[in-house]
Amino acid sequence: MSQSLVDISDLTIGYYTQKGTLVHVLRNVSLKIEAGETLGLVGESGCGKSTLGQAMMGYLRSGSQLLGGSVRFSDLDMFGLTPRQLEEIRGKQIALIPQNAGEALTPTLRIGNQIVEAIELHTDIPKGKAKERMLALLGQVRLPQPEVLAERYPHELSGGQQQRVVVAMALAAEPEMLVLDEPTTGLDVTTQAHVLDLLRDIVAEMGTAMMYISHDMGVIARVSDRVGLMYAGEIVEDAPATEMFRSPAHPYARGLLESIPRLSMSGVAKSMPGHPPIPGTLPGCSFAPRCPFATDICNTEPPILNPIPDRQHLVSCHHWEEVLVTNFDEKLNESFQTVEHTIGDEPAIELSDVEISYYRPGVIDRLRNIPHPPTTVSDVTLTVRRGETLALVGESGSGKTTIVRTIAGLLPAKGGHIKFGDFDLRVGVDDRPTQISKQIQLIFQNPDASLNPRHTVAEIIDQPLKLYFPKMNRDERRERQVELLNRVRLSDKYRLRYPAQLSGGEKQRVAIARAFAADPRVVLCDEVTSALDVSVQAAVLDLLADLQKERNTTYIFITHDLAVVRAFADRVAVLYQGRLCELGTVDEIYQPPYHPYTETLMGAVLEPDPDMEPVLLASDTPELAPPSQGCPFQRRCPRIIGDICVEEAPPWQSPPGEMDHKIRCHLPMDELLNVQEATSSK
Amino acid sequence: MIVLVGRRVVLAILTLFLISLIVFLGVEALPGDAATAYLGQSATPESLDALRQEFGLYAPIQERYLTWLGGILQGDLGTSMVRRNPVTEVIGNQLRNTVVLAAAAALVGIPLAIVLGVVAGLTRDKWPDIFVSTSSIVGMTLPGFVTATILIFIFAIRLEWFPAITMVPTDASVAELLPNIVLPIITLTFIMVAHILRLVRTNMIDVMTSDYVQMARLKGVPSRRIVFKHALPNAMLPTINVVALTLAWLIGGIAVIETVFNYPGIGKLMVNSINDRDFPTVMAIAIVLAIVYITFNLIADLLTLVLNPRLRSARGH
Amino acid sequence: MTTTTPTEGQLTTVKRRSFVAETWDSLRHSVAGMIGLILIISHLLLAITSPYILPQDPLEMNAQSRNEAPSAEHIFGTDELGRDVFSRSMLGGRVTLVVTIVAIGLAVLWGGLVGILLGFIGGRADEIIMRIVDAILSIPWLLLLLLVIAILGTNMLVQTLTFAFTYGILTIRVARAATHDYVTGEFVLAARARGESRRTIVTRELLPNVRDVLFVDGAMNWSWMLLAFTSLSFLGFGVQPPDPDWGRMIAESRDVLAIQPWAVFGPVIMLSTLIIGINLFADAFAKALGLDRSQGAPV
Repeated sequence: MSQSLVDISDLTIGYYTQKGTLVHVLRNVSLKIEAGETLGLVGESGCGKSTLGQAMMGYLRSGSQLLGGSVRFSDLDMFGLTPRQLEEIRGKQIALIPQNAGEALTPTLRIGNQIVEAIELHTDIPKGKAKERMLALLGQVRLPQPEVLAERYPHELSGGQQQRVVVAMALAAEPEMLVLDEPTTGLDVTTQAHVLDLLRDIVAEMGTAMMYISHDMGVIARVSDRVGLMYAGEIVEDAPATEMFRSPAHPYARGLLESIPRLSMSGVAKSMPGHPPIPGTLPGCSFAPRCPFATDICNTEPPILNPIPDRQHLVSCHHWEEVLVTNFDEKLNESFQTVEHTIGDEPAIELSDVEISYYRPGVIDRLRNIPHPPTTVSDVTLTVRRGETLALVGESGSGKTTIVRTIAGLLPAKGGHIKFGDFDLRVGVDDRPTQISKQIQLIFQNPDASLNPRHTVAEIIDQPLKLYFPKMNRDERRERQVELLNRVRLSDKYRLRYPAQLSGGEKQRVAIARAFAADPRVVLCDEVTSALDVSVQAAVLDLLADLQKERNTTYIFITHDLAVVRAFADRVAVLYQGRLCELGTVDEIYQPPYHPYTETLMGAVLEPDPDMEPVLLASDTPELAPPSQGCPFQRRCPRIIGDICVEEAPPWQSPPGEMDHKIRCHLPMDELLNVQEATSSK
Repeated sequence: MIVLVGRRVVLAILTLFLISLIVFLGVEALPGDAATAYLGQSATPESLDALRQEFGLYAPIQERYLTWLGGILQGDLGTSMVRRNPVTEVIGNQLRNTVVLAAAAALVGIPLAIVLGVVAGLTRDKWPDIFVSTSSIVGMTLPGFVTATILIFIFAIRLEWFPAITMVPTDASVAELLPNIVLPIITLTFIMVAHILRLVRTNMIDVMTSDYVQMARLKGVPSRRIVFKHALPNAMLPTINVVALTLAWLIGGIAVIETVFNYPGIGKLMVNSINDRDFPTVMAIAIVLAIVYITFNLIADLLTLVLNPRLRSARGH
Repeated sequence: MTTTTPTEGQLTTVKRRSFVAETWDSLRHSVAGMIGLILIISHLLLAITSPYILPQDPLEMNAQSRNEAPSAEHIFGTDELGRDVFSRSMLGGRVTLVVTIVAIGLAVLWGGLVGILLGFIGGRADEIIMRIVDAILSIPWLLLLLLVIAILGTNMLVQTLTFAFTYGILTIRVARAATHDYVTGEFVLAARARGESRRTIVTRELLPNVRDVLFVDGAMNWSWMLLAFTSLSFLGFGVQPPDPDWGRMIAESRDVLAIQPWAVFGPVIMLSTLIIGINLFADAFAKALGLDRSQGAPV
């Protein structure tokens, strides 16, 4: 084999804490990347993948130290170069595309100037031509109107546009290698699919090598030729993408892949117990405590990353042979478990013609007589039955959080009714009797923000108990706290901990315990698993399903992840710009006919399967406000008919034989049934 | 943009009206009135009556406020009880002297503070930073009169380089003034630099650890260019308002330093007027200083608005 | 990935730690903070015990020994009335300490409360009161203090209340800004969605979080207040004779700076050690609480 473009060997990086103890971030990492190859680097948060990405560019976070090993790029020792030499290479031969483009662009410099800077630093293009090249680059990353955009400041662009600008900047000197650190995390699914498409095309065209870092197996499957899997600061498996996804040889890879919800599978995926250790704290294999294959040797002898004979496949496991003999496809099918629960006939919550607006005209606006913008949420009518899980689905700005917060009483509804038994929930929480508030509990996306950092877990769970059960005395409440903690699978030792001392999954469990402390009838879940790692997500979903079965709880479940919806929901409502597009049971929604927007969303989903290709239908142009009349999706709809879509609100239609399945579109039903092949081919 | 600027200007004017009201009502709260305060408890009823007549203190409160406010709007700040001449005349020279002092200090101090702050921020926890930061703590924490006294001891008494106190008439020309004010300027500069540089240092550290500076490094931008093009403009933005606040604060604190050096500025006049219980002058000084303060803040606000693209184009949201 | 989020395997010795214990733990590791704390405590001890342990009567005048240089009998020499500078320096902070400590306590209390309420309630009331606060703050601080003293006199109780009022207004701004950071936070939203009363939200959700900011701000304002109070004394508006006071001692002895510099240096050293002590402590305290105190308004 000839010289690799990147050759990382035995790289070990760590830092010293304030108390002087050494903490490893990376341990003995060895990795090669060939010219033109795309390596996907995948792992859960905290596994050291970003550190590895930065180390590839000869960069260490302040405080971190190189403890051993080397990074060679184009046969140059990246940690042996002078700062001047590094400046030469960075951006010219190896360029970074960072995670949060919005923060990685200098806020006081115009977009164009930041790209021109990269061009002037790293290419021979004469000064006068740099601007031309910059505009060409903006065009190459498919940004509309490059001349206009070049004059803008970073904060004036949408997330997707910022990400493209960063891509353009990285491409300025046509580097041999790109390091991409979660470049699409935080973007909407359609935007993500578009950006990935762009990257693939560019790489194919220019022959650039990539190291693509992501926690998302779907994204990794989409872009990678080869995949490196990281766990606790080590590479545990390194294999061609197809092999990694079809027949993984490391138990961790299997566990991870099994825990991912899939569009084609209903039921909650199997979760992996436990958490990764701090790198280098276990004498044997870091994964041993969580591993179903583990034996004595795993606890004493660290495994070494060794090739599987006759294959381009490296694995760091004592038992890889045993792992490989079990058929992964079968295992995968077994790992999805539907938690049966009964759905009642009586409605839990009925929304009719709900309208919600954030707009509060100021004095000046009123004087200037500015017309009111269209309401944020409009014309939402739907019913959730007892014990049912209704998923609200849509991209950012679809109004799903707004609706849920209105039900929770944090925002008043401007029009319509929200019936909860005999009570109308259109009023704010201050005007609701405690017995009503008690029945409806809300769980937030980010447990870091939703738990008061100054309260212990016991105090956090105690608050709803005190509020809703004033008759309980201290001992009874304490008993109940322990009971609730056990119910969310946390030991009572957690009572005296502060949120900062918990992991992400544990925090979310505490938040769930707090919600269930009220013994509610309806629980509103706002992206409750989005901030969690996949293996943790599966456990949380499983817990929620269990609780529902046990207490006949009704869930209104918000998520942008269609695979999670498939796993967890009974019925689905698809929203665009605060308006309903489609409503039906999970099975109805996930099969044609689709609303064109649902079809777009489905097409953009990336599955952890390298053979799946997304179908890009609508553009990913962001919209700030819904159109004032006609169909809300008119401006992006790939199947728009004509003026009727712009002028008239579309009618609700039901496919034959599916009375509860409703699609709001002007297209006739038989045309809606006729969808592009690829989407439904699985 | 125009709406934003307009808003700030309207708010500034509103604040000024509020200040005039607070100052006026504050003096009204005096036990007795301005006349008794000035003449003291032992004054005869006749002299009190004469003074009240002269200063129109018999008019109802709202009328006196409106007259006073109307006067201010026309540039008439009232009449000094001590000197019996218009306050405008009394203040004029003193204000100029203070402006000369403050401007000289600002001219030296602000650039120095920025340079030192940036150096300290870039060499975080290394010796230039430790030296600069430690001296800034001393400069910031010592009261102005202590700093001044120490400087006088060293430079005026031991070294005899500069006069210990100013000995020029109030209406001396700027040229006559200058040699006298070296020590006051040094004192003021020292205090001002300490405050501003600490802030510049923190901002610089924040910015240097930001994602965009890291990105610039990984883009291969040379260090010097990172500092000047990517970091400095962003570190300076929040500094503008603090510079304005510090300048305004100096005007308040300048009274102490002017007293130490016997410098004929508005701060010293303020202390003297309060000692003399000359309330018309005190009220006038309060208004003048508030106008200066608000103007500085307004300028800083507008400057930030112009320099910060995020504020400038508050589109949509 | 340098996060140190604990993981599930590490359930070892986590005990409930009180606020004080936790802060103390991180404060202990700061050399500067400990020096600051020792300086402050020494000053407090001195202020309490000095009347009983001083070698000389600070008020006793002696026409025969005016402006004497330091000697075994008078460690810092004597002032122009022949009083012992050392004794006077030791005692010169008593009134200052009492006034500023009481005033800062009151200021944090009332300013903090009003600020949190304004931040929580928002709307019109908030806007109007903040306008007034801004207006008061745009009157130069010295003028504001002098004005009140001119009107109400140099009585120490009046001065304490004046300082409490003025610095409380500064605290309003800080408390309000800190509350704003939390009031839209999800844990407050969660409490609102539960239907908790406003009182519970303010006392249970907001206060524990804003508290740290208020403590740090209070420590910092204390040092500003000391500056302001001694400045007033220096100008002759503070502590009245014959009680010794640092600010006034410096003012009175300035004329003899050339002959008996120790009459000035004595109080200067005492005052400086206290203020620097407070600042070192405030810096370390802020760090211990995870806040950065570099952006204080210099008032």
